[in-house]
Amino acid sequence: MKILFSLLVLLAGSPAAAQHAGHQSSPEETMASCPPEHAAMGHCTPALPEPPPQPAAPARQPTESCPPEHAAMGHCTPKETEPSTASPPAVALSGPENAADAVYGAGAMASARKAMLREHGDVPAHKLLIDRAEIRSRQGEDSYLVDTQAWYGGDIDKLWLKSEIEGGFNGGLDSAEVQALWSHAIGPWFDLQAGVRQDAGPGRDRTHFALGVQGLAPYWWETDAALFVSTKGEVTARLEAEHDARITQKLILQPRAEVGFSFQDTPELMAGAGITDASLGARLRYQIASTFSPYLGVEYERAFAGTARYRRLEGERAGGWNFLVGLRTWF
Amino acid sequence: MRDTMPLSRRGFVTGGAAILGLAGAFPAWARTGSQGLAAKGSGLVTGPNIDLSIAAAELAVNRRSGHAVTINGSIPGPLIRLKEGQEVRLRVSNHLHEDTSIHWHGLIVPFEMDGVPGVSFPGIKPHSTFEYRFPIRQSGTYWYHSHSGLQEQVGHYGPLIIDPEGADPVAYDREHVIVLSDWSFLHPHTIFTRLKQEGGFFNRQKLTLADRLGDKTDPMTPAERDMFARMRMDPTDISDVTEAAYTFLINGHSADENWTGLFTPGERVRLRIINAAAQTTFNFRIPGLPMTVVATDGNNVRPVEIDEFQIGNAETYDVIVRPGDQPCALVAEAIDRSGMGVATLAPRAGMRAAAPRLRERPTLGMKDMGMGNSSAHDHMATKTDGIDHAAMDHTAAPPPSHQPMRAPPPMQPAEDHGSMNMRDASRVDFPLGAGVDMIAPMPVDRTGDPGVGLEDVGHRVLTYKDLVSLEPRSDTRLPGRMIEIHLTGNMERFMWSLDGEQLSENPEPYRFARNERVRMRLINDTMMTHPMHLHGHFWELVNGHGDRQPLKHTVRVLPGGYVDLDLTADAPGDWAFHCHLLYHMHAGMMRIVKVRPLEGEPA
Repeated sequence: MKILFSLLVLLAGSPAAAQHAGHQSSPEETMASCPPEHAAMGHCTPALPEPPPQPAAPARQPTESCPPEHAAMGHCTPKETEPSTASPPAVALSGPENAADAVYGAGAMASARKAMLREHGDVPAHKLLIDRAEIRSRQGEDSYLVDTQAWYGGDIDKLWLKSEIEGGFNGGLDSAEVQALWSHAIGPWFDLQAGVRQDAGPGRDRTHFALGVQGLAPYWWETDAALFVSTKGEVTARLEAEHDARITQKLILQPRAEVGFSFQDTPELMAGAGITDASLGARLRYQIASTFSPYLGVEYERAFAGTARYRRLEGERAGGWNFLVGLRTWF
Repeated sequence: MRDTMPLSRRGFVTGGAAILGLAGAFPAWARTGSQGLAAKGSGLVTGPNIDLSIAAAELAVNRRSGHAVTINGSIPGPLIRLKEGQEVRLRVSNHLHEDTSIHWHGLIVPFEMDGVPGVSFPGIKPHSTFEYRFPIRQSGTYWYHSHSGLQEQVGHYGPLIIDPEGADPVAYDREHVIVLSDWSFLHPHTIFTRLKQEGGFFNRQKLTLADRLGDKTDPMTPAERDMFARMRMDPTDISDVTEAAYTFLINGHSADENWTGLFTPGERVRLRIINAAAQTTFNFRIPGLPMTVVATDGNNVRPVEIDEFQIGNAETYDVIVRPGDQPCALVAEAIDRSGMGVATLAPRAGMRAAAPRLRERPTLGMKDMGMGNSSAHDHMATKTDGIDHAAMDHTAAPPPSHQPMRAPPPMQPAEDHGSMNMRDASRVDFPLGAGVDMIAPMPVDRTGDPGVGLEDVGHRVLTYKDLVSLEPRSDTRLPGRMIEIHLTGNMERFMWSLDGEQLSENPEPYRFARNERVRMRLINDTMMTHPMHLHGHFWELVNGHGDRQPLKHTVRVLPGGYVDLDLTADAPGDWAFHCHLLYHMHAGMMRIVKVRPLEGEPA
């Protein structure tokens, strides 16, 4: 096949053959392949400048698919027929920029063009995800947690809201936080997020500046790492990761880990310097519908170092197991 | 109902059957449905003056109805039958509350008649009429559809056939038009939003632990599984929208509704197969009946007998079959094998052949990742082009970092795949933004491949290399230059682009001089099959058949591969160039092609 192709190429490449073929083709084509001697004879009008020169950008120089050393070894036949990558000839830039303007009017076309551009790529989307709405049971003491995220925007920039609310069924709200972030895609899988976080709860009122990176890590781990600086100068950080392990199409085991850090000792928040607390859990959910999945789970959570000491002083345990019943749903 | 959609037309259509003589006696090519307001494929429109009426309606599919847009009251729209050499005037009235348009897919028309809002004309405003007028300079099987919003998803498409001026080189006794499509009860905007929220939302055939531990044969090696997971690529992500959202239709009928075409045993039956689906590539076959492909995209090819072919969105194939005295199932299986459209070809009404079961869902392999010719099943060092690269030492002379795609670097032993850079910015001359998750490190010419999932089906499957034009090409010039166009995307974010830019970013158009002969190399840097369509022109598909390379208006570019297309840019004006997967186009996978000088302008 390669030999056949080369032959054809040789044949077509010879000027006589090309001119002859030009005579037999349509007038338009003849125009395009009008050689100078024919033009001189009045046979045709040259429509195109000579074949474009070599590309301006040296990076786009062609490379032989069959290097000489390979050809010499008889491994392949060099293909010399591939055209070069080049910029369009000058005539391609002639005339009006928008062809239809002359037919339908520039005004009508301008608004149609604007809509057309927008409709092909710039289409905002949204999502509201209740990732964890769960009842947590620890030695007969029940509490609840609702972890929600919502976003709206285009592919690159989004408004991203996050909230996490925890409380006891008897003692009321333990802690609540809401984040309002500008989320900007910085790569195929990650967004840079910046904004504010407001905490509420007994003794926990704080406003933070938040800066983080959220996205999908290799091996399909959803990750969220964020640094917070409160208006009182406290610096904390948090790292979360979760992964969907598909047992069947509908039964999904989700391991989840979360680690908190504090860069200083904050007795008011019962947070010691260093790793404050960490949790490791697994939730087994069943997709009743693709956006509606109840789950059961377990989670081990504990505080470390200074934070553990604060807890013990309050008569709390440093760590323990939670049994979880919850719902993951999104819209 | 509109007076332009006379209900009496339904009387024109015979129940369940399409009876056809030769030219002149036109078929009622699909029967009407009995449910809902939209008819399921209606009559025929022909002649120099044609009225088309676009209106909202309900379409009933499997006894449920959903919002639809109809043309002359039916889905698909009426068969427009024209004759080569005639002039046609098509008056399109818009009875929707939004803009609409009709693009004549594959027809060579002046740019201002091409029907792309914002490119070739301003669109057709609600409650207004637009008149298209152009000469018919070609023949074959084509179709037409909306280029506005997502209307194509909800029924705005129909077949268009042009009979040749002279004798048809294809001999046949009877013909049927087979329009494949995908129907959803979900609003198309909901489908798009779901894809943005979760790229794999509609995939219900993902890899699972149960499948691995069960007795199913595992198509993937641990190394491949690891590679895909590390790259955050899903080897089962073959179709974005699947049977989870779709009912696949043939001539507007679901498999249960079973459209039936009749024939007399012994006849040569010509099937004009059009993929009018919004987002589904189909594998088409008639179990037990070989098909002889005689044309694609309206252009005659040397007859080639096969048992199955893959048809991308907007492609058309004409095949000749000679069924015996028994019914046959026409099977349009979605590329991801989540579902199928089924119709029947029968010698008598009421007969039905058993439809085959869905085949096993395929998984993508290293070749689909653009890692060259090593297939999922071949992890040994591979031979390509007769060169045993594994036996040669290529480490001494690594390819230069700026090596363009034109010459895929030599194969490396498969063990090196793990260290291959799957997103090497130096391979392309555009910046890699968030919308580009991969650059194929070693794309290969895949025109000899049958398509994803069809490598080992045990019968003859058409490849692009099997297509040989019946007529020699008219433009014998070699391309004077080449442009490389990268088909790029981000599967996870559902972003789609060309050369890394979405159309909404208003990228520089692709510019050609009028009558310039150019080679367009489309390189697929994604793991999906993209049916790429250029308006106003035909490409010559570079498949090694010299001056008999086939002409195509829509070309499937397989994952991780490339296709060379030679173009004579003989149509001055502005043209759309895009992926014909509707939601990929909506996400930005489109560019404007400009050919200058315009008619009447100095060169």
